[in-house]
Amino acid sequence: MSLAWLIRRLLLMAYTVIVVSILVFAITQILPADAAQSLLGENATPEALAALRAKLGLGDPAWLQYAHWASHVVTGDFGVSMCTSQPVGPEMLAALSRSLLVAVSSILLTLAVAVPLGVVAALRQGKFTDTGVSLVAYLGVSLPEFVTATLLALLLADTLHLLPATGYVSPLEDFIGGVRHLALPVLTVSVILIAHVMRMMRSETLDVLKSDYIRAARLKGLPERTVLFRHALRNALLPVVTIIALDVGYLLGGIIVIEEIFAIPGIGRALMVAITARDLPSIQAGALIMAATYVLTNTLADMAYALLDPRIRYD
Amino acid sequence: MTELLTRLIRKPQGFVGLSLLALVALACLFGPALAPYAPEKINFLGRFRAPGWQNWLGADQFGRDIFSRLMVGARSTVPMALIATFAGSAVGAIIGVGSAYFGGRADEAIMRTNDAVMAIPGLLMALLLVSTLGNGAGNAAIAIAIAFAPGMARVTRSVALNVRNQDYVKAAIARGEGALWIIFREMLPNVMAPIVIESTIRVSFAVMLFATLSFLGVGAQPPASEWGLMVADARQYMYQAPWALIAPSVAIAVAAIAFNLIGDGLRDALNPKDER
Repeated sequence: MSLAWLIRRLLLMAYTVIVVSILVFAITQILPADAAQSLLGENATPEALAALRAKLGLGDPAWLQYAHWASHVVTGDFGVSMCTSQPVGPEMLAALSRSLLVAVSSILLTLAVAVPLGVVAALRQGKFTDTGVSLVAYLGVSLPEFVTATLLALLLADTLHLLPATGYVSPLEDFIGGVRHLALPVLTVSVILIAHVMRMMRSETLDVLKSDYIRAARLKGLPERTVLFRHALRNALLPVVTIIALDVGYLLGGIIVIEEIFAIPGIGRALMVAITARDLPSIQAGALIMAATYVLTNTLADMAYALLDPRIRYD
Repeated sequence: MTELLTRLIRKPQGFVGLSLLALVALACLFGPALAPYAPEKINFLGRFRAPGWQNWLGADQFGRDIFSRLMVGARSTVPMALIATFAGSAVGAIIGVGSAYFGGRADEAIMRTNDAVMAIPGLLMALLLVSTLGNGAGNAAIAIAIAFAPGMARVTRSVALNVRNQDYVKAAIARGEGALWIIFREMLPNVMAPIVIESTIRVSFAVMLFATLSFLGVGAQPPASEWGLMVADARQYMYQAPWALIAPSVAIAVAAIAFNLIGDGLRDALNPKDER
């Protein structure tokens, strides 16, 4: 990981965030013919409309509106919520921390389950275990989150009464209760991620097992276990880093639905509430923070990858 | 083409995929004719009726026949996903091929911006667009198309870069053909295969995304019997009538799995060497 590469990567990250911020702002504020009208609805009085237009600066040219908004965002000021009159930024970041709890737990669970399953499927290629694992993986990627979530809730909360169906308890205050409330959402997210990572792990392991250095290791007379763990797994695991980082994007989208279903006060739910209430500053802040999280994760994953595998050079 | 189909059917996944697709297509084409009841016919005596001879898949909270609603709802779910995928793929493919054709700095700028757009998760992008365009099935489809375009552009460009170096493209440039001619008549036809595979798999995402948007209340609007909307309706009563929840869930899964399997099957059929 050379310094030039690092600088390049960071510049790319900055560019991405700028493009994302322009997009978010354009879609929410510039694209609607009259943002004030769509915010206040059809029954708004002309005075209220005029006041809001002045407040949002809708009379200004688009680039000036953006520059005005962006100059505040850079200092961490996302504006004030139109519903609660509270600053939007801190509220969204607090919500993000709760979402990240779900996301990180899901990723850990996914790694613990998907990596061994994928390797086993690859080792028993074409056998019953492999077919079974592949079938389950197919189901996992072919069910939308809201279906998985509802079916899991139906089974574990309603029928078996094992877990609470909705709600959120901070694990810092009540650890057991917090974990019990997190179980269903984490399980839902993991089902889909596991399917994804498992398929990747399987095909990577198959590729690596066919390579010359594995053949060499076997011919050298190394025990199969050493071949598998010291030679094959290490190389097969590398691409999983990238897949997980890319899945964070999916995760952030999926979390909108999952938080809505399980009533978790995370950033996804905050965003849905903002969209329903047409709370412009909250929508902008929520969308930008979510996308920025994704960009940051991907940059970190690229760096991790470059550190782990010195052969990799992006130019 | 026939050879490709034969190869697709010979694989178990291709066969299952095509069979499921046939089911879905049947529902889309003849759904209203197959439905035993009118999809919005309310029957208060038959509320929450369990699956049986009167209602094959049971009845919902208004006593509406779930099988009939599924059959009619196929039309408001699957074609929308197809249209959205097609539009998104077309736009993405043109961007991707164009980027590969121009190459150099322009390619770099286009692809970096494209990657930046992809940093917004698909569902988030679709939600933002629908919240601006207004709720509704048509706007949801437009939003999905826009959300899909950058991903397709990236896939297409990676294939088009190879095509760009082929002699027939160089010959066209030497003949003095215009950029549009080369992009549309020389390069695009030669990157179709991977685009078709990728689009087929993406239809399954579109089905899910469309159902999700309806589930969240911003896609198809009641009383449409769109499948995602049916799940959203049934959630409140999932204790009394789990069948009202399970039937549309299975329908969504069948449609998504069908396109997923066919996409994977097509990939295998086109690259017979890759036996994975």
